[in-house]
Amino acid sequence: MLELIDVEHSYGDQPVLRGVTLALPEGHIGCILGPSGCGKTTLLRCVAGFERVNAGEIRAAGDVLSGPGHHAPAEQRRIGMVFQDYALLPHLTAQRNVEFALHEKPAKEARQLAASFLERVGLAGLAERFPHELSGGQQQRVAIARALAPEPRLLLMDEPFSNLDMSMRQSLGQEVRDLLKQLGTTSLVAMHDHHDAFALADDAGVLHQGELLQWDTAYQLYHRPVSRFVASFVGKGVWLPGRINGDDTVDTELGVIRGRLKQTFPKGARVELLLRPDDVVHDDDSSMKAEVIARQFKGSEFLYELKTDSGTRLLSSVPSHHNHPVGEKIGIRLETDHMVVFPAE
Amino acid sequence: MADTGILRARLAAARPQFRATASGRGFGLLIWLIALVASTPLLVAVFSFAFDTGDIWPHLLRYVLPEAMLNTLVLVLGVMVVTTILGVSLAWFVATCEFPGRGFFNWALLLPMAMPGYVLGFAFAALFEYTGPVQGAWRDLFGASLPFPALGAAGASILTLGLVLYPYVFLIARHAFATQGVRSLEVAQSCGIRPWHGFFRVSLPMARPWIAAGLSLAVMESLADFGTVQLFNYTTFTTAIYRSWYGLFSLQSALQLSVVLVALVLIALVLEKRFRGESRYTATSGAAGRRIRPGRAGAAAITAWCSLVLIIAFTLPAGLILAWSVQSFTSEFDDRYWQLAANTLTLATVAALLITAVALLLGFAVRHAPTAINRGLSRIATLGYAIPGTVLAVGFFVPVAWLSGRVNDWFFAGSGTVVALQGGLAVVFLAYLARYLAVAHSSVDSALLRIRPSVEDAARGMGVSGVRLLAKVHIPILRPAIVTALLLVFVDVMKELPITLMTRPFGWDTLAVRVFQLTTEGQWQLAALPALAIVVAGLIPVTILSRRGN
Repeated sequence: MLELIDVEHSYGDQPVLRGVTLALPEGHIGCILGPSGCGKTTLLRCVAGFERVNAGEIRAAGDVLSGPGHHAPAEQRRIGMVFQDYALLPHLTAQRNVEFALHEKPAKEARQLAASFLERVGLAGLAERFPHELSGGQQQRVAIARALAPEPRLLLMDEPFSNLDMSMRQSLGQEVRDLLKQLGTTSLVAMHDHHDAFALADDAGVLHQGELLQWDTAYQLYHRPVSRFVASFVGKGVWLPGRINGDDTVDTELGVIRGRLKQTFPKGARVELLLRPDDVVHDDDSSMKAEVIARQFKGSEFLYELKTDSGTRLLSSVPSHHNHPVGEKIGIRLETDHMVVFPAE
Repeated sequence: MADTGILRARLAAARPQFRATASGRGFGLLIWLIALVASTPLLVAVFSFAFDTGDIWPHLLRYVLPEAMLNTLVLVLGVMVVTTILGVSLAWFVATCEFPGRGFFNWALLLPMAMPGYVLGFAFAALFEYTGPVQGAWRDLFGASLPFPALGAAGASILTLGLVLYPYVFLIARHAFATQGVRSLEVAQSCGIRPWHGFFRVSLPMARPWIAAGLSLAVMESLADFGTVQLFNYTTFTTAIYRSWYGLFSLQSALQLSVVLVALVLIALVLEKRFRGESRYTATSGAAGRRIRPGRAGAAAITAWCSLVLIIAFTLPAGLILAWSVQSFTSEFDDRYWQLAANTLTLATVAALLITAVALLLGFAVRHAPTAINRGLSRIATLGYAIPGTVLAVGFFVPVAWLSGRVNDWFFAGSGTVVALQGGLAVVFLAYLARYLAVAHSSVDSALLRIRPSVEDAARGMGVSGVRLLAKVHIPILRPAIVTALLLVFVDVMKELPITLMTRPFGWDTLAVRVFQLTTEGQWQLAALPALAIVVAGLIPVTILSRRGN
């Protein structure tokens, strides 16, 4: 549905996007992850038509939106946009804000459509409020209703949850996903938090200094990252030095670790292996012991920071009924079906 | 138990409770005094109905009021139209479009503020009078048979004041467009609306409270204007008051006309406060988008429009005044001008020091005794910026003259001594104080707000208090604000015309008064030299404003 082919963009002589290529199938929710300043807002603005591309092509449903010598104006693209600051029109009520997007429809139909979309985002009773009378989360809902009401062929959202608190993000994230799936709206979302992204996205990628390092399913991005940067950006973990010992085995201080390797390395090559907190499983029967040196209570689980006898530090995510104080030695076991291994630096 | 008792006693002793209440009362008294003095003209106007007005009202109703009322309304409406068209269009282009010279026009379009209406007016009058260059060229081109499309007194006054006052609308509307204009146009675009249509669909409705607030200021200024309308011989309330005073020597009718004018001003003031309140609620975050890039022809048209306004409102008249000043410099520049300059500098300096000092006292007093009454009084004390100078002149002259009359009767009856208070500088400075206290106060007060009580507490916690606290904390933070207040009041007094003209003692002519006298006689070229000094001084607040705006 949406295709970006080698898209380049720069502000003056400062390159912002370098050869970004991605494809988003009809009805999918795609997520661009990246630290602030990586170019993800610019990428969305290029797709929306607020910025011109220097090279490459942007297509939607086969139409070329941006390309060499061609730039469809933003107002003709039929692409909805939810801005990071919501950008509600301050002089209009919630209802009028949504109606504003339906200006091509007859007034009566626009009124009904706007009301039904406000209802869908859970704001039925607040239609006559002005933006300054709504909370951040409610303003965000109005912005989403406004962007969806004209049935755009593509929805763009720039950091939709960055101004909301933790619990609001999770509930709204789920609601937004349900709504988008129900409407079947293809969406591209820019985010910096991988938790939010994994809860929302079908496809995801990490943008770093204007380069899209990987474009994949959210699952693959986490378990099969193509670079150290991607691996570190989408989740916690520790890098364990080791040596390749034949197919699918790596020798480390913690012994021989087995799992599927994505690439092939020469035997004896020095590598680093990523151990995520969920790869290190707590097991009282295990002979491998590690000392708890710090712990973080996360509700349903503990994140333990551990130190093995040989001095290696590990992170382990453990169900929270296993309550071990700092200083205690606990048994651990490695579960490494997907081994994430990169050559040592 | 004993320990906590001692601790509590120590804490109680450390709290400066006693001092606070005692000084609180003193501050309260001070605030009352300042508010009373500053609002004297308003009180005089309100209570003047109680005076014996004799047969003044029938005369006013028949010969003065209808014309003054009609002309004032025409002037106000005309100025509203001109300032809206100029201010809003220029602000929108500068804030939301990319075109050649945008950065330059962003500040240069404020320059007309430096020019008092009576200066721009006489430059226009000189250019467009029958023997002037424009009409001469017209006759050369079309012969004498085709009459020149003259504007008339109303048109000339409206155009002049519109060109001088549009920066108020420009400044405030530009802020609105710059903080939310570009982003909201992007919203419109993503909803399928073209940027040019977005101006009417989004920008204009959204900025309405700001535009209205700027317009109310322009309306207040045009209600207060005396020099421009007097120059074009256009009878409004201010000129009617002046003529009652000087032509008919009827203080009573001047006072009664002032009452009506004050009522009009208060309406504008209430409207301004309302719109300002509204704009506070609708303010949103100022995330920047990308300015519109019009095509080559569009960009050229925008640049041409900005240039046209700037040339007519500033470059052309300022150039003319400069050229005439150079021409008449050798013949006109003599001791008389030194005397005028000395008078102007003296009045402006003394007024600036006095008014800034009072503003500081008021600010500190309200800070230390911030009750609802005191804050209300401080607002009343700074209301004078909206009251026309002619009204302030009458409003202070009447009570001071009455007072000095009583003093003469009581103490010096029959002795032949006269206390010359009514002709002294007291009335001049009191009227300046009432009119410009708000200028100094707003500058000082916003700086005072930045010194949070927690800062003072923190300094006290570190053992810094009293004079050292003032020297280490207050003075350094307030210094730029004090300098700004001094400068703004100085320049305002320098440009001031009606108060100085109506209440100055003999021998206290200022540059502004001299410009007025010379232009009344049609001596345009000679008026250029004193006018030039006023325009140059007027550039100071414009630079302060444009720097603050950025």
